[in-house]
Amino acid sequence: MGLNGFPILSLIVFVPILGSVIILFIPNKYEKAIKWTALGVSLIPLLLSVILWLNYDSSLPGMQFTEDYRWFPTINSRYRLGVDGISVPMIFLTALLTPAAILYSFGIKKHLKAYFALFLMLQMGLFGVFTSLDMVLFYVFWEIGLVPMYFLIYIWGSDNRRYAALKFFIFTLSGSVLMLLAIQVMYLATGTFSILEWTSNLQPFREGFKVWFLDSSVARQLSFWAFFIAFAIKVPIWPFHTWLPDAHTEAPTAGSMLLAGVLLKLGCYGFLRLVLPIFPDMAQKNAPILAILALAGVILGGMAAMAQKDFKRLVAYSSVNHMGFVVLSIATVASAGATMTDRVIAYNGAVLQMFNHGITAAAMFMLVGVIYDRAHTRNLEDFGGLGIVVPVYGGILLFSTMASLGLPGLNGFVSEFMVFRGAFPVFTAITALATIGLVVTAAFLLWMIQRVLLGPLNPRWEKIPEISVREIIAVAPLMVFMLLIGVYPSWILTTINQTVLNLLS
Amino acid sequence: MNFPVLSIAVLTPLVGSLIELVQPADKKTRIRVIGAIAGFITMSLSLYLYFAYDRSVGGWQFIEEMPWVPSMGISWKLGCDGVNLPMLSLTGIVLFTGTLISWAIDDRPREFYAFLLMLTTGVMGVFASLDLFLLFFAYELAVFPMYLLIVIWGWKVTREYAAMKLTLYLLVGSIIALVGLLAIYFKTGLHTFDMIQLAQADLPVDFQKIFFLPVFLGFGVLAAIWPFHTWSPDGHVAAPTAVSMLHAGVLMKVGAYSALRVGIQLMPEGAKMWLPWIVILTVVNVVYGASVAMVQKDFKYVIGYSSVSHMGLVTMGFAAMNLTSMTGSGVQMFSHGIMTALFFAIVGVVYERSHTRNLPDLGGFVRKMPWVAVAFVIGGLVSMGMPGLSGFVAEFQILTGVWDAYPLAAALSVLGIVFTAAYVLRVTGQVFFGELKPEFEHITDATVLDKVALFILCAVLIIVGVFPSIMVDLVSSGMEPIVNLLGG
Repeated sequence: MGLNGFPILSLIVFVPILGSVIILFIPNKYEKAIKWTALGVSLIPLLLSVILWLNYDSSLPGMQFTEDYRWFPTINSRYRLGVDGISVPMIFLTALLTPAAILYSFGIKKHLKAYFALFLMLQMGLFGVFTSLDMVLFYVFWEIGLVPMYFLIYIWGSDNRRYAALKFFIFTLSGSVLMLLAIQVMYLATGTFSILEWTSNLQPFREGFKVWFLDSSVARQLSFWAFFIAFAIKVPIWPFHTWLPDAHTEAPTAGSMLLAGVLLKLGCYGFLRLVLPIFPDMAQKNAPILAILALAGVILGGMAAMAQKDFKRLVAYSSVNHMGFVVLSIATVASAGATMTDRVIAYNGAVLQMFNHGITAAAMFMLVGVIYDRAHTRNLEDFGGLGIVVPVYGGILLFSTMASLGLPGLNGFVSEFMVFRGAFPVFTAITALATIGLVVTAAFLLWMIQRVLLGPLNPRWEKIPEISVREIIAVAPLMVFMLLIGVYPSWILTTINQTVLNLLS
Repeated sequence: MNFPVLSIAVLTPLVGSLIELVQPADKKTRIRVIGAIAGFITMSLSLYLYFAYDRSVGGWQFIEEMPWVPSMGISWKLGCDGVNLPMLSLTGIVLFTGTLISWAIDDRPREFYAFLLMLTTGVMGVFASLDLFLLFFAYELAVFPMYLLIVIWGWKVTREYAAMKLTLYLLVGSIIALVGLLAIYFKTGLHTFDMIQLAQADLPVDFQKIFFLPVFLGFGVLAAIWPFHTWSPDGHVAAPTAVSMLHAGVLMKVGAYSALRVGIQLMPEGAKMWLPWIVILTVVNVVYGASVAMVQKDFKYVIGYSSVSHMGLVTMGFAAMNLTSMTGSGVQMFSHGIMTALFFAIVGVVYERSHTRNLPDLGGFVRKMPWVAVAFVIGGLVSMGMPGLSGFVAEFQILTGVWDAYPLAAALSVLGIVFTAAYVLRVTGQVFFGELKPEFEHITDATVLDKVALFILCAVLIIVGVFPSIMVDLVSSGMEPIVNLLGG
């Protein structure tokens, strides 16, 4: 345990919920107090996550800052937390995006208190998933994140919010209950819920274990698919993605930021943390399927984005497209044909792409929100020529779009290059086709820029106000990281790489 | 003999009930305050017992014994273990919050509170009893006032029908169970109703195989085992709020608890033969109950059917016969009791103001009663077994245990979870969100007392969910001897 036993992870996880409780007790009329408390509270985990990263020793193998307490004795589930080089960047990502999203949300008009309380609760759930080392605890936080998101969409979303919220909830819950059943089978086989024990010495499906009339290999396959589907829905992997465009389009801007920025990463994190180590052989066998689905996500997500007239829906489909690259690297890591080097590079690429997409997608959704707040439309055909009227906004949008399409010098390029480098020797044809996806990505993003910023100015927007200082402050840190990772990625890759080497060796 | 805390806890409501009856009928506030005080004392004593129980020693504690009808071996024998302590606390909490919610009752509150308290003594008696006769006596005492409470203070449209249906069902069930009890008494030839002695009597296996089913199902009627559940939604809907709270929250547990204590504990061999079949009924309970709840138009019927579904999980946990699942059932009895009391309290608060429970007519109530909406959402999340709340602690263990015994049943009952999510979300949306109808523009927020009651119930659900160790190992220690009898 680092930091002399100081429970930094518990603090990171529970400071947000403490903040929600405080916010609930502020009277409704003090709107400013509510907003600033929310922002202030969300900065504490950010600070703590920086301290965490600085004190994280990447040369050591295994989990650090571990905490282990008695929690749910009758089923031998304990309060176990810990982080490694995969979770530290994810925690930082969550901690970075939440204040940005909260700052952006200062424009919210309706039910402020509930909004910010739910937002912080969501943050707690996300932190919890990235730090849990006990499967029950993992599941607890996994589900906790679902509830605030449902309400954020349901209450603060746009016109078709009810449908979208329910669809989001039922899709994700269906995946979760499958996972729940699999977790329980694995507990019955091993007598523990410790993720570390499952992934190291105690393989959950030892010989001779029987559930009902199914023997261990069948139970193993069923559990694999249960996990697979649960995480695939969350990522989302094509064809489980249909909830995503609806949820994103209807969610309030800040909700979309966290949804795309962090929630989608939970699925990938699940693949890396649980599926690959617990079911290495099953993953290996099904790696080609995963790669093909990834390709479908990249190409079809890109094509769908191209066809959208709604700005936000376009960005939503671009997430399907970008997450496809993460899935492709996961498939590479799992695959039998990969050499050690391919795997290490692909694994690094996956984690970095998760981080990058988190930042970029959050920025893109925020920018969609900024223009929607002013124009009250998201129809791309109504825009045009805004670059002259709102040059600062235009510049920021262009910058983020470039990061999103993988321009060298910005973050997206680094991770996508690593993904391709890792995947190419293994899935040559699929990777080659996926590069077509990259062209599609570039095409729909540039066409979007053209329809929004360039061309003749629609006279409706002559008086449209420029992006405000508050919004610039919210998006600026994200842009800094896009550039920082683009020009000097090794600060983040060192942390990731050491853990990857340990995990794969 | 030590200070008889347990007897006092059991008899406090009865004393309160007698005090109520000598009050002048027009002093309504005084009557309500006395009711609430009696409820509060009962709750405090039951919580005291809960925390004073020495977990490191385990077993039966606070045993009190006095001869009652010595010639027949009947005694006033009470005791606490890990299974009934949560039930006693549950009763105390639901009673106290129920007295707060009933503040609005204006029609003969004296009699109302008197019956309510009398019923509670019956319930506490069943849970605390270690004497089979006393248990049965208390059981009947709990069922009888229910008839009057529903028929006099119930929902005008269906109260006669529902009260009669409920009473007949429960009476028939209890008489069938009584036959079993008497058979046990005579078969052992010990001339005692002492359950601890009876449990050691080793009833012949053939006897157990014959009599387990009537006893288990006889009591199981009160736990709403399918297909004997139909009294339950009707009864709950017709009952006044506090009675629904106690009935769904506590009385259904009396059924499950008695089925466990008398059926499974005294006749484990019979249980081993029959429970694998009973599990089929419980799966129907869970899935059918939830799917019927999905299509209800009446707010209260949704909650009524949700109880059928959740109680199915309790009996399913029993039927799996292992320590994990039975511990889960014990926690589920507690968790569901609090949760459904919360639900019925909210239905009451809403109905009192809207005078309709027809879901399509409601909407937008979050603007008028935000805290009630929050409480309903918490209850709803417990209901769908959302982690971090007590329902998860219970259902996770039940499902884990059932997986071990009957994987197909576990896989099917997961459907119940998804259905539950669907109806909870639908009802939350229809009642609390959406447009506020103009006719509800002037409704008032819940009263302070209502909010106190809702707060207590929500706090309990959260505490047990976040700190499962406060309850699970206690229940587990109580279930262990029973599971050992079953050889699992």
